[in-house]
Amino acid sequence: MYSDPIMQQSIRKVEAARARNIRLDPRRMSAEEKDRLLKAFHPDYREDQFALLDFGPNRGEKVPLELRALLEGTPRLTGSRVDLEHPDFETDVLIIGGGGAGCSAAIEADRAGCSVLLVTKLRVGDANTMMAEGGIQAADKPNDSPAQHFLDAYGGGHFAAQKDLLRKLVTEAPEAIAWLSGLGVEFDKAPDGTMITTHGGGTSRKRMHAAKDYSGAEIMRTLRDEVFNRPIRVVDFTAAVELVKDDRGCCAGAVLVNMETKELLVAKAKTVILATGGAGRLHYQGFPTSNHYGATADGLILGYRAGARLLYPDTLQYHPTGAAFPAQIYGALVTEKVRSVGAMLVNASGEVFMNPLETRDVAAAAIIRECTERGNGVPTPEGSAVWLDTPMIELKNGAGAIEKRIPAMLRMFGKHGIDIRTEPILVYPTLHYQNGGLKITVDGQTDVENLFAAGEVVGGIHGRNRLMGNSLLDVIVFGRNAGIHAAQKAKTVTVGTLTLAHLDAFERERAAAGVETGLRSPQLLPDYARRLNPLK
Amino acid sequence: MEQMATVYLFGKKYEVPSSLTIMEAMEYSGYQLVRGCGCRNGFCGACATIYRIAGDRDLKACLACSTKVENNMYVAALPFFPLVKEVYDLEKLTPSETVMMQLYPEIYSCVGCNACTKACTQGLDVMQYIACAQRGEFDKCAELSFDCVMCGVCSSRCPAGISHPQVAMLARRLNGRYLAPDCAHLRTRVQEVRDGKFEALIEDLMDRPLAEIQELYNNRDIEK
Repeated sequence: MYSDPIMQQSIRKVEAARARNIRLDPRRMSAEEKDRLLKAFHPDYREDQFALLDFGPNRGEKVPLELRALLEGTPRLTGSRVDLEHPDFETDVLIIGGGGAGCSAAIEADRAGCSVLLVTKLRVGDANTMMAEGGIQAADKPNDSPAQHFLDAYGGGHFAAQKDLLRKLVTEAPEAIAWLSGLGVEFDKAPDGTMITTHGGGTSRKRMHAAKDYSGAEIMRTLRDEVFNRPIRVVDFTAAVELVKDDRGCCAGAVLVNMETKELLVAKAKTVILATGGAGRLHYQGFPTSNHYGATADGLILGYRAGARLLYPDTLQYHPTGAAFPAQIYGALVTEKVRSVGAMLVNASGEVFMNPLETRDVAAAAIIRECTERGNGVPTPEGSAVWLDTPMIELKNGAGAIEKRIPAMLRMFGKHGIDIRTEPILVYPTLHYQNGGLKITVDGQTDVENLFAAGEVVGGIHGRNRLMGNSLLDVIVFGRNAGIHAAQKAKTVTVGTLTLAHLDAFERERAAAGVETGLRSPQLLPDYARRLNPLK
Repeated sequence: MEQMATVYLFGKKYEVPSSLTIMEAMEYSGYQLVRGCGCRNGFCGACATIYRIAGDRDLKACLACSTKVENNMYVAALPFFPLVKEVYDLEKLTPSETVMMQLYPEIYSCVGCNACTKACTQGLDVMQYIACAQRGEFDKCAELSFDCVMCGVCSSRCPAGISHPQVAMLARRLNGRYLAPDCAHLRTRVQEVRDGKFEALIEDLMDRPLAEIQELYNNRDIEK
């Protein structure tokens, strides 16, 4: 239901061209074309939106302005503020973050016989994993192989991925699907058990496994249920505000804060896993985001202050199809699966302007170009957008296909009076994923001894752009991996005297560099409250 | 001039733009949310909300993140509801009727009032999926409950004290683990990986000079 006359007029053009458009198979761009497009239109290339870090492990490297302000921000406490001698919790493995990676790690660390404490600043499962819609990649069909998966992901990530990490990701993908199936995750299957798989942007084989368009939700709720079935200690609404080390410089716990009472707590651990996720809620360059409420890059801040290097912190993923209309769902994810099952990208005049299954960075840049330089966007209250012609899906796959394959999308737009079976939808890129993050070894350890990391907080697995379906895969493969290795390591560790000396050292460096960003970090939550004349 | 609506957040009156969702209306009114806010997009169930339009006898439930405010709306958040979650070892269960009798026997006390279905924020036929669970039809229960976000509003309305989302969670796991057809190609591939079948292939690829890998990538055949 579009009441705006300009939108209505444009829809009529889209409808008139649909029968012709649907038969098109737009060619893919050449490597040179993609390169030119990205440099001109991808937000990662807007130099004025980045700054160089003044100090710390990545000194001299560029990061988004908003991230720099937090990485070099003021810590929320000082070394003398907390009593490290009487920790509130003691555990073998401390996991910070309750999303897909944190829960996978917790299950494996518990299985390995360790005591596990999982802290999360919201509830377990309040995470980007829950919101992943489209699917999870694994090369498990006869015409496919992990090597083919490697080639797709390595090329899609601009040949920048850490090869050993990517190799692990693709090689262990089939095992990850089998593990999830064993936990009861309901993947879409044909009656004979064959996985129903589709393409994602940049895949050369149909290896996207899905659970309708609730793929992440189905995985996340199952992992959460399994965590609750095990003797894993879960403390929710409790964020980490600083990592703690011991006198040998090994990570040995964290200072926590109860998000509601603000009480500070100390957790002592033999090994620590950071699984804090991404940064969409920092709204880089003013973009809306598809991310959950807690995605504020906390893990990058904690790790960086403790001395862990970041890899590719300057590369973000803008999902090409964020909802652009109506305002109530501005920035919400419209899963790539909508294109996988047949919808094409169409401009205001009803023209198909690209192959809908280019990689995400290329698709996002092409949409931005269509809406800016080429002037072919549809005006919306928030700016400009292009059409994703969803009615094509049922023309290609028969009536009922949308309800069966993408019910969440049908519901999301249906709540706002738009029936995606008969009406196209407006989309524009939305901040979706942090490609970069903490650098890890193939065992999941950061530069800091006994500090592990898994999930979106890690950088390097995907290079400078991630393919659809490789993030759900990443949280499972590297979440489990971190759990296994952190548990193994914990068995050999004797924790020394706890200290926050690294924090004091960080503060000295900050003072020496003369940096004052005016922000306290980690941020913990975005602040969307409108405050009129508040009592200070 | 922006159209405004009068809403009552926990009974207190605020004027907010009528285009906002309930969640945005709370933030517009000055609330900094900690509880009752998760994905902000209808997937996580953190923002279960109960409301009544003044003068209306009907009590309604929704997700605050994806429901627009209405004029004279009385809003109460339900950020947590004490569901019963039984602990089990999936590997030791069998997908039979007796599982539910052992773990969630209260489902057999359902009085058929249908309050759960009426309250569902996702529009699911909750009472029907509970009936399927009673009969041990876990595949049907799984299908009917698939879009559940576990917000717990159904359970808050249930006179029999049933924790519907947890019943459905168990049914889906039983279905996924035991009842869904076995996937032969996955089993084969997992074994091949364990046997190291792809090691040489992937090492050969990794070790090539960058220009060669780029060439392979740019000219790879794409399955139709």
